[in-house]
Amino acid sequence: MTLLQASRPGELSTAGKLAVYGALLLWSLVVFFPLYWVAITSFKQPVQVFGGPLYLPFVDFAPSLDAWRYVLVTTGADTLRPYVNSLIVATASTVLCSLVGSMAAYGLSRIAYRPTVASVLLLLASLALTVTLVLGAGLSLWWSLAAALVVFLVALRPLQRRFRSHLGNDDILFWIVSQRILPPVVSAIPIYLMFQRIGLLDTHLALIVAYMTVNLPIVIWLMVDFFDGIPRELEESAALDGASRFRIFFDLMLPLARPGLVATTLLVLILAWNEYLLALFLSTAHAQTMPLLVAAQNATRGPQWWTMSVLILLMIVPVMLVTLFLQRFIARGLLVGAVKG
Amino acid sequence: MKSGHWRDWIDEQSGRLFIAPAVAVVLAFSIFPLGVSALLSVSRFSLQAGGVDLAFIGALNYRRLLLGSQQYHFLGTQGELPVWGGPVLALVVALFGAGFVRSMRGLPDARRWTAGSAGALGCLLAATLLAPLGPFQARAAALIEAADVPWFAWLGGVALSLVALALLLQRLAPGRIGIAGWCGRLLAATFTMVLAMLVIATGGRGGQPGSMLTTLFYVVGGTALQFALGLGLAMLCAQNIRGRDFFRLSFFLPLMVTPVGVAYTFRMLADMSVGPLAPLARWFGMGALTWAQDAWSARWVVLLSDAWQWTPFMFIVLLAAVEGQSREQVEAAQLDGASSWRVFRDITWPGIAPTAAALVLIRLIEGFKIVDLPNVLTNGGPGIATESMTLHAFIDWRTLNLGGSAAVAYMLLFVATVSTVSFFQFVVRPARGPR
Repeated sequence: MTLLQASRPGELSTAGKLAVYGALLLWSLVVFFPLYWVAITSFKQPVQVFGGPLYLPFVDFAPSLDAWRYVLVTTGADTLRPYVNSLIVATASTVLCSLVGSMAAYGLSRIAYRPTVASVLLLLASLALTVTLVLGAGLSLWWSLAAALVVFLVALRPLQRRFRSHLGNDDILFWIVSQRILPPVVSAIPIYLMFQRIGLLDTHLALIVAYMTVNLPIVIWLMVDFFDGIPRELEESAALDGASRFRIFFDLMLPLARPGLVATTLLVLILAWNEYLLALFLSTAHAQTMPLLVAAQNATRGPQWWTMSVLILLMIVPVMLVTLFLQRFIARGLLVGAVKG
Repeated sequence: MKSGHWRDWIDEQSGRLFIAPAVAVVLAFSIFPLGVSALLSVSRFSLQAGGVDLAFIGALNYRRLLLGSQQYHFLGTQGELPVWGGPVLALVVALFGAGFVRSMRGLPDARRWTAGSAGALGCLLAATLLAPLGPFQARAAALIEAADVPWFAWLGGVALSLVALALLLQRLAPGRIGIAGWCGRLLAATFTMVLAMLVIATGGRGGQPGSMLTTLFYVVGGTALQFALGLGLAMLCAQNIRGRDFFRLSFFLPLMVTPVGVAYTFRMLADMSVGPLAPLARWFGMGALTWAQDAWSARWVVLLSDAWQWTPFMFIVLLAAVEGQSREQVEAAQLDGASSWRVFRDITWPGIAPTAAALVLIRLIEGFKIVDLPNVLTNGGPGIATESMTLHAFIDWRTLNLGGSAAVAYMLLFVATVSTVSFFQFVVRPARGPR
């Protein structure tokens, strides 16, 4: 570390600077080389891919636009559809997720919830009842839900009167965050069966709801911290002026938490845009998303590296544009509050 | 005024209305599927004419994974007992003993050590009873056979003895940690001990780790590597140099590539005959190297591709944490002649530790879900060497063994929960300090 020793505070010695730049350039190479390889592969023809490594377009090989033409023109319609699907699904689920998630985060940050243990257990019991009725007794989903609801409403009061212990906000938060530990593969099959029953399989709505569910814990977890960081006095004075809670939330708190909201939204957008497993379970043709199309290039004749590369590059573009647009928020180091826990 | 009433009502209910949508969504699409999944995991699923059939078969799916025909797949194959096995196990037990002793600070010495050794011995005992593999398997099987009890009753017995041990420990160290806390500690300790035994049993010659240890290798190894790289890069980028914004933005790029894309990209790169590294490999005389044929090299390729994608995430957040610290303290220390290493150890690290701990927790949670990379890179092979638990469950699902798939998924849920909650309790909480 003596190499990095500052000659003056905050300034590096020349050798130190060289070492730092060397390391950073090395890592840039690690980052860029795979992307470079994808980029040049998209300009290669099959024979140039399988003939051995070729590194420089125009020097090693004559670049061709065949793969691009194939993806954008020949099968353009087949590409466009998943692309639009991905855009719709990722955008809609991200917007919904950020809205619902930050509302819940605000509630958990500012309002004291005290659900009784009895009500929570009863709720879980009625859900279990629904599942049993649907799968065990073969009742339709809506009837089972109605039956469970009746049981819940009838039993709630007596139970609450008898057992009085409470849970707190931290418990709710931990419960929601713990949903993220849940691997998607645990819930994928039941969600598949569920959407099959409601007839939503292979629709945008199914994917939007599914992505929203899996990403909700992240939004809530990160946003609670941002809301915690905003002084309470601001709200109190607004409340004194007669603003309702919703007014306070939308007109005061959300703008104040914007940096955090932007960073969180970006993260969730990337996750939704790139999601593969749930899309694989829940969509076949109509709602197919881009990651599935990328994977589909692994045809029976082996991976079509050139078209796959084109698709990978096409997939980076929207995320890159959004990131560039939002970069001033990220660059300012605003993600830091995000994980203070 | 009527609308006024309506608004008042909304305002009164606002507390509930804020979290109601989120709770409803999570209940409907997380808890509900969790219940269905639990039901599936204790059933046999089969397609019938005009529908599906679910037959209740009890814990058979789990039994298959832990003690039966799928054991090799999930837990691994037992090899010869390696030389390092004994010392490693002793080390783990000693570490836990020390941990128990430490958590009872404030007690008289004699009682501390008694409680510590009781804790360590207790988890060793529990692990021996639980260990389904290794030199202990024969003993465990014999015990079960001799006692002639169903295995779930036996598992219940182990759980009860854990609770009894927790009660004992609580008596030895009154008032510091509740019974639930002791149960959690013992569960974490037992889990680690079982893992250590599994590693020893499957690590010897002829042994083969199953999908659980492979997943943990990706999770633990991957997170450690990503953290080290991310921290190093963040420290470099936090220096006063030109072009920081460029590095910051470009290091973010791998995150934007879809994991399937990352997997295929690395499959291209790792191709030793026509990939970009082929001449290099030939030059080193490794032209004939087929990494996909060797279990460990295949695992490393998966791990490295994952690190390529996720190191940027660590980097971005750690950089933000480093830059969020005040410069004055660092500059004052530098004026006093403190070395860079001292500055890092005494000022920077304590400042970013809470962020780092929470960040590692996030990556631990996400790491357990790895599936695209092993699926595309190696298809889980050679054999089952690179299969993660999610891929294991996915392959079961693809062959319509929904019950078995759900059982694997539930085991994954158990492993992930115990690991992440332990990490949260033992690392994140202390790092965050009192709130």
